[in-house]
Amino acid sequence: MFEKKEKLTLVVLSGDLDKVMASYIIASGAAAAGMEVVMFFTFWGLKAIQRDGVFTGKGLFGRMLGVMNRGGLNAIGPSRLNMGGMGRWMFKLMMKQKGVTQLPELRQAAIDLGVKLMPCQMSMDVMEINCDHLIPETTEPVGVATMLEHAKESSIQFFI
Amino acid sequence: MTETPKLTLDFKGLLCPMPVVKIAQAIKQVQVGELIEAIATDPGVMADIPAWARSTGHELVTLEKQDKIFKFVVKRLK
Repeated sequence: MFEKKEKLTLVVLSGDLDKVMASYIIASGAAAAGMEVVMFFTFWGLKAIQRDGVFTGKGLFGRMLGVMNRGGLNAIGPSRLNMGGMGRWMFKLMMKQKGVTQLPELRQAAIDLGVKLMPCQMSMDVMEINCDHLIPETTEPVGVATMLEHAKESSIQFFI
Repeated sequence: MTETPKLTLDFKGLLCPMPVVKIAQAIKQVQVGELIEAIATDPGVMADIPAWARSTGHELVTLEKQDKIFKFVVKRLK
């Protein structure tokens, strides 16, 4: 039997700036409150743990995907009103003006507080993303059973 | 208050979640029983610092608003 812990499991499916931001804010806030935090990145969410400026893909489709769907915290745009990158620029500027902590610093804060970043193996295979495309702080790729094991013993689970 | 804080921190200009993140990092740098004093400008700390103290089990000694500055003192309890 599993005993519930002061633990948070986040499944990050989205790769949009706003949703990734919310994910890292929740994760770092929970870690700051002393909770154990696990983030599971699947599908578009992998963009949140990709290195900047790296093109993914091996075959034709994979490379097309890598070009049209750039990963990394500097490449991702908001889920609405991106308008070909203008929205990203505008939101980043507005957040900067208000002094909101930028995504890379937010992710680093989460990492420093011990948040675990787990990439989904199956999504990596489909999207032709390998471990070298990801930031070095990620764990080895895992599957659904690993995520569920963490979710089961967590007192909070979020799907973003 | 008679005890003097071990650390004095400036969170002015920081927004959610950074005040909570920074206080969580700072609390590890003091001994149990020691105090940290901090000032912030984010009105969110009025709700978030008490919530952080409740969930971590540290003591919120004071939390007050002075003009547009929020000043608080926390004590490491464990």
